[in-house]
Amino acid sequence: MKIDRKAVEYIANLARLALTEDEKEEFTAQLDKILAYIDKLSELDTKGVEPTTHAVRLKNVFRQDKAGPSLSGEEALSNAPAKDRGHFKVPRIIE
Amino acid sequence: MELNELTCHELHEKLVKKEISPLDIVKAVEKQISASEKDIHAYITVFDDMEQQAALLDVRRSTSDDPLYGIPIAIKDNMCMKGRKTTAGSKILHNFIPPYNAFVIEKLKNAGAIFTGKANMDEFAFGSSTESSHFGPTKNPRKKGYVPGGSSGGSAAAVASCEAIVSLGSDTGGSIRQPASLCGVVGMKPTYGRVSRYGLIAFGSSLDQIGPFSRDVTDCAILLNAISGYDPKDSTSVDKPVPDHKKALSGSVKGMKLGIPKEYFIEGIDVEVRQAVEKAIKALEKLGARRVDISLPHTEYAVATYYIVATAEASSNLERYDGVKYGHRKEGENLIDMYKKTRADGFGKEAKRRIMLGTYVLSAGYYDAYYLKANKVRTLIRQDFEKAFGKADVILTPTSPTPAFRIGEKTSDPLQMYLSDIFTISANLAGIPGISVPCGTTKDGLPVGLQILGKYFAEEDILRAAFAYEQNK
Repeated sequence: MKIDRKAVEYIANLARLALTEDEKEEFTAQLDKILAYIDKLSELDTKGVEPTTHAVRLKNVFRQDKAGPSLSGEEALSNAPAKDRGHFKVPRIIE
Repeated sequence: MELNELTCHELHEKLVKKEISPLDIVKAVEKQISASEKDIHAYITVFDDMEQQAALLDVRRSTSDDPLYGIPIAIKDNMCMKGRKTTAGSKILHNFIPPYNAFVIEKLKNAGAIFTGKANMDEFAFGSSTESSHFGPTKNPRKKGYVPGGSSGGSAAAVASCEAIVSLGSDTGGSIRQPASLCGVVGMKPTYGRVSRYGLIAFGSSLDQIGPFSRDVTDCAILLNAISGYDPKDSTSVDKPVPDHKKALSGSVKGMKLGIPKEYFIEGIDVEVRQAVEKAIKALEKLGARRVDISLPHTEYAVATYYIVATAEASSNLERYDGVKYGHRKEGENLIDMYKKTRADGFGKEAKRRIMLGTYVLSAGYYDAYYLKANKVRTLIRQDFEKAFGKADVILTPTSPTPAFRIGEKTSDPLQMYLSDIFTISANLAGIPGISVPCGTTKDGLPVGLQILGKYFAEEDILRAAFAYEQNK
C-alpha cells in the first residue's frame, strides 16, 4: 500500500495531531517504508487461522457488582489543567 | 566493596546479622548517585527522601525474613506512585502526580523496599535506546558514547552503575531483556498475566509486562517473588499460585532439553554475539543439559506483526492524552484544536510516528488487512512455540543481534531501530517468559546477553537454567 501526503493528513486528523509541514513530509516517507516492510505478512496464507487477542487465554472475568474504595472527586481532578466547581473544564463546545 | 555494589541477598544477610542498617545502604546509594548520575542519567527523578524512608523502616519493624527489607530499588517512570511525579518519559505527562500506587509499588512498599527514584525511559516505552525520552538520553555505564538499550534503559543503567540495587522495568517487545543485555545485567519478562499491570501506564496492553532487573539471578528470583500474584484490578492477571522462585535455583540442569532455534542464528547477527552465545550453550551442555535443534518458522514475521499490534494498541491507549484530565495542555481555538495542539506539543517524534502508524492500521478499510491479519500471524507464532516446547524445556537465543550501538546511530532510521528487537519480540507476541543473563563481553568491552525463553508460567525453568549458567560460566 502506497502512502501519500494526503493520507498522512487524513490520519493525523483522525489521531488529533497537528503536524508541521516538515513532519508531514518526514512521516510520509517513513510510514511508506515501514508499511512496505509490514506488507511482508501478505506472503502468509492465514485462511482459517483464529486471531490471537490475548496471549494467555482467559475465560470471561467476572466480579461482584460491588463498589470498592475509589478516588474522591478531588483526587480525580487533582491533575486537571483546568477545572471548575468539581468538573473538568474544556473550551466552549455549545454556542 | 561498597554496600551499593552488593546484591539484595548479600545485603539481606548483613541486615539480619545487624552488621548494617537500611540507612547505611541508602547512604552508599546516594553517594554513588552523586558521583555518577551526571554522566549516566539513569533517573528522571531521584527521590530526596531515601533517608527518611530508611528511618521509617527502622521504626516500623526490625529486619525480618523479608528479603527486600531495606533494599533500594529504582522504578521505571511509567509505574504510578502516589504523590510522586510519573512522566512515562513524555512532555505530555511532565507534571503528572498520580493519586494512587501501582500494584507492584504496593507490593514493594509492604515488603519494606526503599524507592530511589523514577528511572529514565524512551517516551511511553517507544524505543530500544532510551534516546526518545523527553528528559534526555541515558548513557551506557559500561562504555562511554553507547546507548543502554531501551526502553527501560534507565532501570538497566541504574542497576549496572550501582545507583540502585535492583529495579523494575516493563517489557512490551524486549524493553527489559534488551537493555539488560546491553548493560550486562539480568532482566526478566515474566509470563503475560503473572504480574499485575494495574498502575502501569499502558503501551500495548496485550503485550506489556512488568519485570525485574538485578545484578544476579538470585536477586531476579527474589524480586519476581515479591511482585507476582493475582490482582482483581487487572482482569488479565492470572489467578495461579506463585511458587518460591528461589527454590528453582538448584544449580542442576541435568537432562534439561535446550532448544536452539535455527532462525535465531542467521546471517546479520554480530560474530562476537554469536560466539558468546554458542559458548554459553556449550557451558550448559557440559553441566548435563542436552541440545535439541528446533525451528520457529514464523520468526521472520515477528517484527512486522509486532509493529502492527503494538502501534494499534498504543494509538488507542494514547487517545486519553487530550489536555483535559491530566498532564500538559496547549490552548486552542476550540475543543478539537486544543486536542490537536496539546498532542502536537506534548508528544515526541517517535510517539507521533507510532500513533500515526497505529491509527492507520486501525482505520476504516484497513483493519482486516493489518490488525486482523497480524493477530492471525500472532497465532502462528504462538503455535511455533507450543510445538517447540514439545521438544525442548527452554529455548536459548541471543537477546539482541548486536551489542550496544552508539548514541545517535539509529535515531534517523526507525526501521533499523525496530529491527534491533528482532529476538525479543516473539516472546511478547506469544506471552511466554524470558530472561537475559550476561554471557561475556566483546573485544570492545560491550556486554552480550543470553536469552532463555520458557513455557507459560515456567519462570522456574528459565531461572534454573540461568542460575546454573551464572554459577558455572
